[in-house]
Amino acid sequence: MPAVGRNVLRKEGTGKVTGAARYVDDLSFPGMLHGTTVRSTVASGRIRAIRLEFDPSGFVVADARDVPGRNVVALIEDDQPCLADGRVRHVAEPILLLAHERRESLLDARVAIDYEEEPPVFDPAASPRVFKEISIVKGDLARGFEAADQIVEGEYVTGLQEQLYIEPNGVIAVPENGGMTVYGSLQCPYYVHKALVVLLGLPPEKVRVVQTETGGGFGGKEEYPSILAGHAAILARKAGRPVKMVYDRVEDMLATTKRHPSVVRHKTGVRRDGRIVAMDVDVLLDGGAYVTLSPVVLSRGVLHATGPYRCDAVRIHGRVTMTNTPPNGAFRGFGAPQTQFAAEVHMERIAEALGMDPVRLRETNLFRPGDTTATGQTLGEDCSAGAVLRAAVERTDFDRRRRELAGSSSGIGLSLFFHGSGFTGGGEVRLASRASLELTATGARILVGSTEIGQGTRTIHAQIVADALEIPYDSVEVCEADTGLVPDSGPTVASRTCMVVGKILENCALEMKRRLGSLSPARYLALHGPLVVTREYEKPAELAWSDETYRGDAYGAYGWGCNVAEVVRDPDTYEVRPVRLTAVCEIGKAIHPVLAAGQVEGGTAQGIGYALLEEVVVRDGRMANAQMTNYLVPTTLDTPPIDVILLENPYFYGPHGAKGIGEMPIDGPAPAIVNAIRHLGLDVREIPATPERILGAPCISR
Amino acid sequence: MKRLLDVLREECGLTGTKEGCGEGECGACTVLIEGVPVNSCLVPFAHARGARVTTIEGLNGSHPLQETFVSEGGAQCGICTPGMILAATVLPGDAELEEIRTALAGNICRCTGYEGIYRAIRAAARARPRQGDPQPASRAEPGADAER
Repeated sequence: MPAVGRNVLRKEGTGKVTGAARYVDDLSFPGMLHGTTVRSTVASGRIRAIRLEFDPSGFVVADARDVPGRNVVALIEDDQPCLADGRVRHVAEPILLLAHERRESLLDARVAIDYEEEPPVFDPAASPRVFKEISIVKGDLARGFEAADQIVEGEYVTGLQEQLYIEPNGVIAVPENGGMTVYGSLQCPYYVHKALVVLLGLPPEKVRVVQTETGGGFGGKEEYPSILAGHAAILARKAGRPVKMVYDRVEDMLATTKRHPSVVRHKTGVRRDGRIVAMDVDVLLDGGAYVTLSPVVLSRGVLHATGPYRCDAVRIHGRVTMTNTPPNGAFRGFGAPQTQFAAEVHMERIAEALGMDPVRLRETNLFRPGDTTATGQTLGEDCSAGAVLRAAVERTDFDRRRRELAGSSSGIGLSLFFHGSGFTGGGEVRLASRASLELTATGARILVGSTEIGQGTRTIHAQIVADALEIPYDSVEVCEADTGLVPDSGPTVASRTCMVVGKILENCALEMKRRLGSLSPARYLALHGPLVVTREYEKPAELAWSDETYRGDAYGAYGWGCNVAEVVRDPDTYEVRPVRLTAVCEIGKAIHPVLAAGQVEGGTAQGIGYALLEEVVVRDGRMANAQMTNYLVPTTLDTPPIDVILLENPYFYGPHGAKGIGEMPIDGPAPAIVNAIRHLGLDVREIPATPERILGAPCISR
Repeated sequence: MKRLLDVLREECGLTGTKEGCGEGECGACTVLIEGVPVNSCLVPFAHARGARVTTIEGLNGSHPLQETFVSEGGAQCGICTPGMILAATVLPGDAELEEIRTALAGNICRCTGYEGIYRAIRAAARARPRQGDPQPASRAEPGADAER
């Protein structure tokens, strides 16, 4: 019986429910020290003096001078020091590292730092430094606006969002064999590997990175573990002993990356019949103090900025700038939730301006197969914008419900969205990801750098391999994500683990099957010896992309989604609570339906938090609510029933037709909820839509 | 004084109990003290003197919830799972959704949106033996109790 499409037993399930799964803080090594980080308390300035106000005996103390290689966190630009060298550019910037045998001793180790403060930049619009600027142009914008009967303009604002994985960031660095091994809670072992090679000045084979069981990531363990691993490695090298560094919640929230805040402006020309004829979009993201992943976040943001709508005259301009705040980085959705929030609330405002039904407006403009995107990509038959909209409207009886609720303290709203799977443009080609499959006596063993962070990576990969080899699912094993054992399959990000890495594995399995011929695995091994098949990413021939002009096929495939949110407003507290959320997602193929639905349910819940609850309060460049007591994520009581409908419209180059799924669900809830609030008659254009913002929102004149 | 959480993890070696926030907000460190779910990060260990403390290890992998949390998608990354399962063990088998939501309001899951957790709890309730049926010993008398 085929494994794909069935809810087979998860490979990574049992240890998690018995307590046997070993997360990084559950591990200990002989002679291990505990490490901590002394961080900047000012947003910008020069370090004048550092004084240790404790007896340093028994402590290992390290600073920038202890970096044996280059003092940078190697990623896109090498602008971020691993340890501050003379100056700081944000609050919580790491300056000094301490290690001690007793974790408690670290709490009493006081360090005083004198700064010569410099005026910080907190307003991204006024920043003197632009990290990245991108322009996308399609057609003749001026002529588009000339053809319009009406022009609708608006500005939409989103705040920071914390990933809030329940397991904080943590690593253990172990000096061994003249090199360094790092165990950690992380998404991308090879990102950490690359950063450590540069920082430690070691040859690649002397650095080994092993992922431990990881208690959630959502992007928050994409690039951040590189700096933390660097810190632990610097201490471990100096001490000659293993060093564990596990953040507590406050430090994790103060210091680690968050979702980029955004300001998006739309100016749209529209005909009386609802047809959009011109779109001018300006996107501004706050990058924080260092570049980290900001250029790629901006890229995905602008590439989704039109929403899933066709228009012949489009201009999108985006920039991400520096501010003296902790660097922002990867978070599920990666720029697209910000820009699609703006696009979908703006669509609602266009419908209001035209006096048109919001579903009809979307039906009039949504992408259909054969349409071209803002970058000129022609969409294929797997474009499902219309299908997801129709399914959501039918499932919720949207039109009737909207009439019923009009004028009451309840509202209903929807959002239509899409999400590109895999790296943007030429990104997958540059990654050149590899995956391997090793023949075992009873089946095969998967060797990939992709990590299991809750989404079920090992399970879906094993399902794909089992079916390609035509062997039972239970005969497929999965090797741990250890750079000493597995090839670089690219990072576990960008909704690429199933669609891209899964496809490479399928190709490995088909090649292995060809080599086996009619032999059983045991017979083959006896006759020919060990067999490992390695394959690399193969770009579909018709995909073309130019980084210079930002024209071409931005993504191999897109997932399509529609959310319908029903909310109720408390007349006394102005709190808006979601009552029900319907999430329709077209994902190509659900390899494991329970896991696929789990991605949608979880991403939707995070999107509900983004819409209503999750507010990072920043004062003088420092997060003022860096604890779970007052940074609120949805609990059981804040999360309404989530009704998930999965549709399948296969992508030719995906394994069994699968597209990406992990990120898309977080694109839709915020605009659907804000549009439901608009249905209540309140003009909200900024999230989170807290009671304070709702109280201050003007009424929508009808 | 050490927290019960630290004593369980570091001295008893029962690392199935997790620390998520250290301030009683997330519920990842939930254990049962005399059958009542408690955040072990808020309990000085001496307060548990003579009490029966049950951690996830004490369910011996044989509680129906441990199976259904896997099959129904109740566990994704797994870090909240031990605490979530322990909090769910005290629910009556016929608990309505609202009762489940209230009982688990102190256990935060960032992965599942809670839907898989509700499915797991309902599926375990269906799988539970009827009252009066003989109970396996491991369920009646949790094994790895840490008594201090």
